[in-house]
Amino acid sequence: MTRQPLLTSLTALTALTAMGLLAACGSAPPEAPVSTAPGEAKTITAKAMADGLHAVMSADRTVYTRLIVNRLQNEEKLIKASEHWKEDKALVLPAQMFRFGAEMVAESKPPFSYSLQSLWPINQQNAPKTEAEKAGLAYIAENKGKNYYAEETLGGVKYFTAVYPDNAIAPACVSCHNEHADTPRTDFKLGDVMGGVVIRIPVDA
Amino acid sequence: MRASRTWRLVAVWTVLTLAAGGVMAWALLSPEPLAARAWFTPGPMTHGHHSIELACGSCHVDAFGGGEVLETSCTGCHGAQLDAANDAHPRAKFTDPRNADLLNVIDARNCVSCHSEHRPEMTHPMGLTLPPDYCLTCHLDIGTERDTHAGLGFEPCASAGCHNYHDNRALYADFLLRHADDPILTAMARVPDRLPGAGVPQPLPSAAPLPTQAPALTGAAMDDWLASAHADAGMGCGSCHAAGGAWVQRPDHTACAGCHGDEVDGFLAGKHGMRLAVDLPPMTPAMARLPMQAQAAHTELGCGSCHAAHRFDVHTAAVESCLSCHADDHSLAYVGSPHHQLWQQEQAGERPPGSGVSCATCHLPRAQHQRAGVTTIRVQHNQNDGLRPNEAMVRPVCQNCHGLGFALDALADPELIRRNFPHAPTHHVESIDMAVRRAEADRARRAVDSSPGP
Repeated sequence: MTRQPLLTSLTALTALTAMGLLAACGSAPPEAPVSTAPGEAKTITAKAMADGLHAVMSADRTVYTRLIVNRLQNEEKLIKASEHWKEDKALVLPAQMFRFGAEMVAESKPPFSYSLQSLWPINQQNAPKTEAEKAGLAYIAENKGKNYYAEETLGGVKYFTAVYPDNAIAPACVSCHNEHADTPRTDFKLGDVMGGVVIRIPVDA
Repeated sequence: MRASRTWRLVAVWTVLTLAAGGVMAWALLSPEPLAARAWFTPGPMTHGHHSIELACGSCHVDAFGGGEVLETSCTGCHGAQLDAANDAHPRAKFTDPRNADLLNVIDARNCVSCHSEHRPEMTHPMGLTLPPDYCLTCHLDIGTERDTHAGLGFEPCASAGCHNYHDNRALYADFLLRHADDPILTAMARVPDRLPGAGVPQPLPSAAPLPTQAPALTGAAMDDWLASAHADAGMGCGSCHAAGGAWVQRPDHTACAGCHGDEVDGFLAGKHGMRLAVDLPPMTPAMARLPMQAQAAHTELGCGSCHAAHRFDVHTAAVESCLSCHADDHSLAYVGSPHHQLWQQEQAGERPPGSGVSCATCHLPRAQHQRAGVTTIRVQHNQNDGLRPNEAMVRPVCQNCHGLGFALDALADPELIRRNFPHAPTHHVESIDMAVRRAEADRARRAVDSSPGP
């Protein structure tokens, strides 16, 4: 069975936009020179690249959550969003939308990876694992509106790791998370930091 | 004197080496005899692949390259099946660097990390070549994450009838809860009618002119054809025997594929047809690892071996054709089993169509497909599709007639399967009970959370 065309398009759009931004910034990891004109060279930092990627991810994620899921499910009550979207012939959840996009991006083996994690994850596999993830998710939860940046070495590769707050931007976020059988937390409110987007870019040692 | 003796030894050694090398090269490169290729096989293959082990190139598609070449081959045959199963552990889940430490233990990005071929001494069911407690590599904390899983014993998660690594379509918690109150036998208890949809080409290829070399159709063959759906549809001799223009005395599966493409695709994907799919001579029962009837040892499998020409009787193909070859305990115990009795009653007109249970009811089930917005219900001709693992059979097969809990219990009892389900299962899989307990605990917790304080 194929995914619904609209969702496929949106996922592809997320990936393409992210890749387009990447291409515009230079296709190699940080410090790679980008020729803007003959004789001129600029570099882009890992932080700038991560911030740019996150801007795209965050915008797409907000659009999907507000204009698709919250509108069609919670306001117009036309279609439900479900974790078992294929089985239930429903919209994919915003978190799944984000993950499927991340997985599709990963298939093209770009010089970055990203994931959605939380200190209160519904799926325990999305709890922080590395020290940078643990420190970053704690930091963004305690310092509202701020991002967290660090370097870490995983599997012998050094990474620039950025953690961005992921907020409850629509009533659907709050109601689904508070009511899910597997949620470790049931008192989320609109605007709360619910988790974080973790972006990793390999950097030279 | 000594020098000349040394040279003679060198010459003999060179000649023997060249001769041995020549024979090996001939064995490797010559298409015939295939048996010579077996010299290069590093060890027997799993039951899933053994019949195509002499088609080395179907997996080793390139002499140069490592595991990534094999991965392409794995997904080439099994990729669509994994997609259809909503693979619970796709490669994409493991490429994030945050999993680097875990990948040092099991590199779950690659099929061959868990399914290594030519290793019979370490191969478990489903072609698994890891110790079966591999789940704990990542899910060691499951006992603290879920009360229901606290204190579970050492029985591997997959062999308890609760979880599979790839295919959990009939095993995930919400599905278990939805079917927690299923009865043992559903009210309808019958398989769906076939719904051909748009699979058959129009117009039918019945108008193909008959070549002059066509023999006259007489006797039993004529009677069989007249009784067939082919005759009803106006499909004449030339439709099958001269589909390509010239007369073909014994049409093979390629002739059937013109109208029955999905069925042929299924056949080629299963053990009956996979040798043909990789250009090897047809499968015969003599090559099988399961016990087979001795008199059928050299029957070559094609569409016609089950659907005998020219009658193509689907009822014969559903039981008698199977039992003419298969002689394992499960097959032999079918005759006289409750399922077989239902089949006999259906055939005698004592029960409605679709209420009997033949070999094909379970192993070649009628499966619903969606293609370009059109729903079809066709017979899945890959008889192995529901056995990898057997819980894959629950939704397309068992649940037509039985409740989920009954089906899971039955499929987790190897002895009951061996004896072809002579009675209700006595083994019990606790997964539905656990899901219900957990849901009830969750409801109770929420009731406390939302109740007004003192």
